[in-house]
Amino acid sequence: MARRAGALIAAGLAFLTLGPVGIVMMQAGEGALSSADYAALRFTVLQAALSALLSVACAAPLARALARRRFPGRGVLIAALGAPFLLPVLVAVLGLLAIFGRAGVVNGALRGLALPEVSIFGLGGVLLAHVFLNMPLATRMILQGWQAIPAERLRLAQSLGFRPADHWRHIERPMLRDVVPGALLAVFAICLSSFAVVLVLGGGPSATTIELAIYQAVRFEFDLPRAAMLALLQVTVCGGAVAVAAWMTAPGGFGAGLDRALELHPPRGWRRLADAGVILLAAAFLAGPLVAVLLRGLPGLMALPHAVWPALMTSLLVAVLAAPLAVGSALALALGRAQGTRWLEPAAMLPMAGSQLVLGTGLFLMIFPFASPAAVAVPVTVLVTAIMALPFAYRMLAPEARALVADYGRLAGSLNLRGMAALRLLVIPRLRRPLGFSLGLTAALAVGDLGVIALFATEDGATLPLVISRLMGSYRMTQAAGAALLLVICAFGLFWICDRWGRGGTED
Amino acid sequence: MKSLKFAAGFLCIAAPALAETPVLDVLTYDSFVSEWGPGPAIEKAFEAECGCDLRFTPAGDGAALLARLQLEGAKTTADVVLGLDTNLTAAARATGLFAPHGQTPALTLPVAFDDAEFLPYDWGWFAFVHNKSLTAPTDFKALAASDLKIVIQDPRSSTPGLGLLMWVKAAYGDDAAQIWTDLADNIVTVTPGWSEAYGMFLEGEADLVLSYTTSPAYHLIAEEDDSKTAAVFTEGNYMQVEVMGKLKSTDQNDLADKFLAFMLSDAAQSVLPTTNWMYPAKTPAEGLPKGFETLVQPSKSLLLSADEAEAARPAALDEWRAALAR
Amino acid sequence: MAELRIEQLVLQQDDFRLTADWSAPAGRRIAVIGPSGAGKSTLLNALAGFFPAASGRVLWDGQDISRLAPGDRPLSMLFQDQNLFPHLTVAQNIGLGLDPSLRRVDAARVEAVMARVGLSGLGGRKPAQLSGGQQSRVALARALLRSRPILLLDEPFAALGPALKAEMLALVAETTADALVLMVTHDPGDARQFADETVLVAEGLVHPPRDTAALFADPPPALAAYLGRA
Repeated sequence: MARRAGALIAAGLAFLTLGPVGIVMMQAGEGALSSADYAALRFTVLQAALSALLSVACAAPLARALARRRFPGRGVLIAALGAPFLLPVLVAVLGLLAIFGRAGVVNGALRGLALPEVSIFGLGGVLLAHVFLNMPLATRMILQGWQAIPAERLRLAQSLGFRPADHWRHIERPMLRDVVPGALLAVFAICLSSFAVVLVLGGGPSATTIELAIYQAVRFEFDLPRAAMLALLQVTVCGGAVAVAAWMTAPGGFGAGLDRALELHPPRGWRRLADAGVILLAAAFLAGPLVAVLLRGLPGLMALPHAVWPALMTSLLVAVLAAPLAVGSALALALGRAQGTRWLEPAAMLPMAGSQLVLGTGLFLMIFPFASPAAVAVPVTVLVTAIMALPFAYRMLAPEARALVADYGRLAGSLNLRGMAALRLLVIPRLRRPLGFSLGLTAALAVGDLGVIALFATEDGATLPLVISRLMGSYRMTQAAGAALLLVICAFGLFWICDRWGRGGTED
Repeated sequence: MKSLKFAAGFLCIAAPALAETPVLDVLTYDSFVSEWGPGPAIEKAFEAECGCDLRFTPAGDGAALLARLQLEGAKTTADVVLGLDTNLTAAARATGLFAPHGQTPALTLPVAFDDAEFLPYDWGWFAFVHNKSLTAPTDFKALAASDLKIVIQDPRSSTPGLGLLMWVKAAYGDDAAQIWTDLADNIVTVTPGWSEAYGMFLEGEADLVLSYTTSPAYHLIAEEDDSKTAAVFTEGNYMQVEVMGKLKSTDQNDLADKFLAFMLSDAAQSVLPTTNWMYPAKTPAEGLPKGFETLVQPSKSLLLSADEAEAARPAALDEWRAALAR
Repeated sequence: MAELRIEQLVLQQDDFRLTADWSAPAGRRIAVIGPSGAGKSTLLNALAGFFPAASGRVLWDGQDISRLAPGDRPLSMLFQDQNLFPHLTVAQNIGLGLDPSLRRVDAARVEAVMARVGLSGLGGRKPAQLSGGQQSRVALARALLRSRPILLLDEPFAALGPALKAEMLALVAETTADALVLMVTHDPGDARQFADETVLVAEGLVHPPRDTAALFADPPPALAAYLGRA
């Protein structure tokens, strides 16, 4: 059943992501790519690849430290890992600037010590922001891999007297081979279509991404076929990355366990110090900008304009509708893939590389002849948000769905456990952790997403991100920061509720 | 029960179309319709005298507006487009969607303005805004020679960014490339839109930001903060003239004409300075709001005609890109 | 009487090939014995619907069951491991045998079957809290509740000690008198204790069932080699 549902969803997804590109391509225009576009392609791939490598390189030690250490505040830190990813990009950038910018804390300290200042602008700044935004996501993905190792295997390792090196070789490395390619792919794909971060922190036109070229093609040249060509170029690069990740992935094959509780015996000595160092560094790196966002927003929070409240309701409505849609579809795709339908994987990853601008423009062209875009603003926003969030949910669910099918597929089959009963008795209980996390993530993304709503917006049906952008456009930066803080609080609240459910109220 | 609800919903959507009141659709940019923009006050005042329903459809920023219009093409339901600037009017005219406005208002722009399809409703001078504590340079060359840091907008995604490109072109012509090369080390970063740049300036990331000479009026009037001012450049400051136009496809021709005229009446013009934070295109009888008299006044105004701007754009963009892509 | 009929069955994977063509009646207990890697588990997996046959058919009571989904086949299977869902309680794991949705489970019947296999009072526990023998009993209890006419045992008791294993085999024999039982084993003692007949799987062929005592008294060369009596 999951296979058929998965195939249907994948076909729908392909239609909804590639259909708009096709429509856009059929419009009048030149459609030729220039050498500047290829320069943009090179820079795009370079920054995305470096961002992915750096994020995962930082995430792996952090995930390991979190997996094997127990300390007060651990649960809070794991939950807080969801926060940077769901900040609206511009809010995150302003938070980073408050720490690493010209007038930021770090440069203030350097000036105080009469040391040369560092500039956040340029490739380094882009990477810093991408690591800030995506390393926590990668950490959660990798942490999930650690937590999915059955206690029986760890018990075996303990009984055989594995030393850290043996542990690495027999347990950790195979697990990482399983989850790291997926994490790399997710970060790469996100950064591939990154736009605002690159533009604000890139420092100038040498830091031009394909997404910006698309923006330019749609907005200034009105050369829609060119925009579609660029969008396809982006999809092609992402397709290549999906293939590389699939080739790199080696299933861990740890088998199933009996959910036994196990007392951990983490290594002592310098490794303990190193873990503590990693955790403290990461916490400080993530907390700095988040605290800055909080401090910037508090004054405005007291004087929020009325328009914020209906916009918040609209945003929450979108989130509540879009998140289950995205996660449900992703689950069907992940289970279908786990049961052997290989082409579902690239289909599920497709929206990640899709250009929001081209998607929105294409949908607009599809809908405009039949209905007023304003009349369908909310359904379209829900649909597009769900589509854009689906790949994240898929990445979280795919490894565990594969393990589920490998470990229990036969037993479930032999007992005729299928359909809704299988969902209720097997899939949801076994996949609760990634389901909760991805539900929270997609809901939070939906609250914070400006997305295509701009094209379909009406006078009064604005979402919260749109109101923030309008506040900023009217000089009201303080109120905008307050509204952004409200958005972050709500998004994180939604995330926290879902994630908490997923973690079953336990420490993990 | 369900079908009843559906029918009720359908009626709500269909009702305005059935009603007697004519509807005027105005396609505009986002910040115009927001609760802090001119939209609400103008809607109220115009509806009081027109006996119609004035509806604004927001479509992102000024550049998005033109793209939106091109997407909709001749099938557009809009009657009036409001919010293009003169750097985009040539492209807008080329769509062939606009009708002549046929009006001859007595404009108070510092330059002569005559356009058969597009009527200005407000305008401003682009300028680098800074804190009063800073002694600002008085031209681009001095700025480029200084250690001052500036934030600008990308001409490929923002109208102020495009305005700056035209400013340097209008002031320096063939030497524009050299100016950009010299400015490169002053530019902290290039943002996609005005908001990001202005926000970064307020956070202290740059000494100056590309905005308008009227920007300090916002801080003075709305925040009672007189610490901001704008730099007058001896080359002249480039102007942004915001225009509106009537679409050929309108089914409310008279109403559209009435609206264009209304936008240039005192009732509308007096709203613009403290909502859009720009100069009115036709100064109202009661003059400008208190506080505007403190603003700096460039002695020289630069403005390329719509056709000149359109013609200069591709080469200027290449120059800009080459100079900054170090 | 109903019978299991295996018609020209060919199982193939890479250079592995196994053929079978024989039948067995309901109520018979049959051991499946043979060298490691000969295909004993593959045979059971094919009968249960987890391994697609290259050609041939499997019939039960004259009906072709080779195209049915595993859960729709007239059989229950106990695997070498992973017989239980770790997140469900003992009672829930057993209840799956009555109704996979657990919505219409007769608690009294679950209680009764738990008593029958010696698990009374353990219904609320999770599998991790049970001993190996108790886990096997849970799996068996569920198979009993499903009351399918065929029971496939893929060495589910291999991890148990000799006494416990003998006890489980006796329990199976006692509780499944009407069913056709196929049991994979590598221990001739199990076969002698439990099975009327034995099937030898060796050299790409599933031999037809033979009387267990007679087979071991006069083993064919392949079996003799396996038993170390060459």
